[in-house]
Amino acid sequence: MDFISILSIFVMACFVGYYVVWSVTPALHTPLMAVTNAISSVIIVGALVASASAGELASSVLGLIAVTLASINIFGGFAVTARMLAMYKKKERAAPGPSPEGKRS
Amino acid sequence: MAVEQHILPPWALIAYLASGVLFILALRGLSSPATSRRGNRNGMVGMGLAVLTTMVTQAPIPEGHWWPRPTPDDLVILGKIVGAVALGAVIGLTIARRIAMTAMPQLVAAFHSLVGLAAVLVGWAAYLNPEAFGVVGADGLIDPVSRIEMGLGIAIGAITFSGSVIAFAKLNGNMSGAPIMLPGRHVINLGTLVAILGLTAWFTQDQGLWVIATITALAFLIGFLLIIPIGGADMPVVVSMLNSYSGWAAAAMGFTLHNTAMIITGALVGASGAILSYIMCRAMNRSFISVIAGGFGTDAGASGGGEKIDRPWKRGSAEDAAFLMKEAEQVIIIPGYGMAVAQAQHVLREMGDLLKKHGVRVKYAIHPVAGRMPGHMNVLLAEASVPYDEVFELEDINGEFAQTDVAFVIGANDVVNPAARTDKTSPIYGMPVFDVEKAKTIFFIKRSMGGVGYAGVDNEVFYMDQTMMLLADAKKMVEEIVKALQE
Repeated sequence: MDFISILSIFVMACFVGYYVVWSVTPALHTPLMAVTNAISSVIIVGALVASASAGELASSVLGLIAVTLASINIFGGFAVTARMLAMYKKKERAAPGPSPEGKRS
Repeated sequence: MAVEQHILPPWALIAYLASGVLFILALRGLSSPATSRRGNRNGMVGMGLAVLTTMVTQAPIPEGHWWPRPTPDDLVILGKIVGAVALGAVIGLTIARRIAMTAMPQLVAAFHSLVGLAAVLVGWAAYLNPEAFGVVGADGLIDPVSRIEMGLGIAIGAITFSGSVIAFAKLNGNMSGAPIMLPGRHVINLGTLVAILGLTAWFTQDQGLWVIATITALAFLIGFLLIIPIGGADMPVVVSMLNSYSGWAAAAMGFTLHNTAMIITGALVGASGAILSYIMCRAMNRSFISVIAGGFGTDAGASGGGEKIDRPWKRGSAEDAAFLMKEAEQVIIIPGYGMAVAQAQHVLREMGDLLKKHGVRVKYAIHPVAGRMPGHMNVLLAEASVPYDEVFELEDINGEFAQTDVAFVIGANDVVNPAARTDKTSPIYGMPVFDVEKAKTIFFIKRSMGGVGYAGVDNEVFYMDQTMMLLADAKKMVEEIVKALQE
């Protein structure tokens, strides 16, 4: 891929990001930060390339460290997001509960 | 200038694109709590896909085969990689399971620092072994465009790292939240930024080690310098901004690797952090520049301490609060950072439940900048299983205070200060605030009359006729109210 096609993808993705993020409900802004954190660790792709490369020892060591750091983020980020979102789930089940008056009337 | 690229097989390109789309869907899911969990799963699948694709494409495929035939050497490398991933997984999952919800802001800051550091390491790895990254030009040197991407990626990553470390220390209490002002810091910061950009430009001419090393060192330095003068309560903006940076760092590395998954993700995360910063700034009526310039809230003690001592105010008790709220038709609870510090969310929900049993309508009102990160209060209330249809945003509930019997302010201050509407000289003038003074009665939980809000301005609400100050630790006070309600 040449630079211009890459740049085009980037610019389009910025617009997609703009509209998608504005549609996120403010109540979920903390999970949004946690999950963007997890997905920005897709940088692990670069770390894997470096780790797998033969020849340059320093490069592959740096790569392996980066793989570890990014993995902490990926597993930790997705897990903590799931934990937060599960709490919102509880409320969905509980939601009919606190308004029994509404149902009776 | 032909650049020799590693030609990825078409299936890999499509797999990376698919993982980018899955990341978009992950964020799209967050538009409502109902779809959010599916969104999160999409994100996990996208990440798994990107990692597997990379692993497979990195293994050499012998001539005439469709699938890699790993040699023993490859298996050793694979073992090391799996070990590194497993180590990260154990650490990450342990942290995610143990962390308290109130500590979420510092956790996010810590995670940002890891992305930043990983970006720096990957950038350096690419510099040291450009062949592996397919960025070597026909002349045997690193392609100049790639050098710019590398320089920027390393610089943004380093700023994200050191900035997040400071943000973490401030949020975690390892460091005072007070702004630290260095003399001439604007000149130093601007000078350092210009130097980084200049060196990145020079890097296209000279790919020497000193250039990239200096860029890295200066970027680490400016990350520290940028965040040190910013006060604790401006951290929501800082954490969002660093979130944005971690995205741009990933995008820069995506340009180096020509990887669509990284570029799409980088743009998404970059946009997300930027929008959150904008929302936070708008909710404080301050420009992004003024937040980043820092120093807000420095004269808290000086301006707040003076005139207010003599003014009369009324002290309420837990029994007063219990009695008046029990008789009320509608109570609006306004939580702030003080609630998080006191860990009062669970007992607060208990209070709400008791009031509901007495036939009171209970609503929670959340200001966009309440707490130390966007949505902080919502998560804490969710943790305490407050139903989210009882939780309202500023603009949705502000019209209701006139028909409200009791406004219950717990751990918030600046977000209910009428000076934001009336006093043009106030540092928080123009910030949208809750109109609590329209409520019939106001209960204001505060540790003492001495302290003022983050902005360091006195609050008229303390001295109003209908206000009763409940001076105690937020959690203890609410516990006493709960006790009084049970009697």
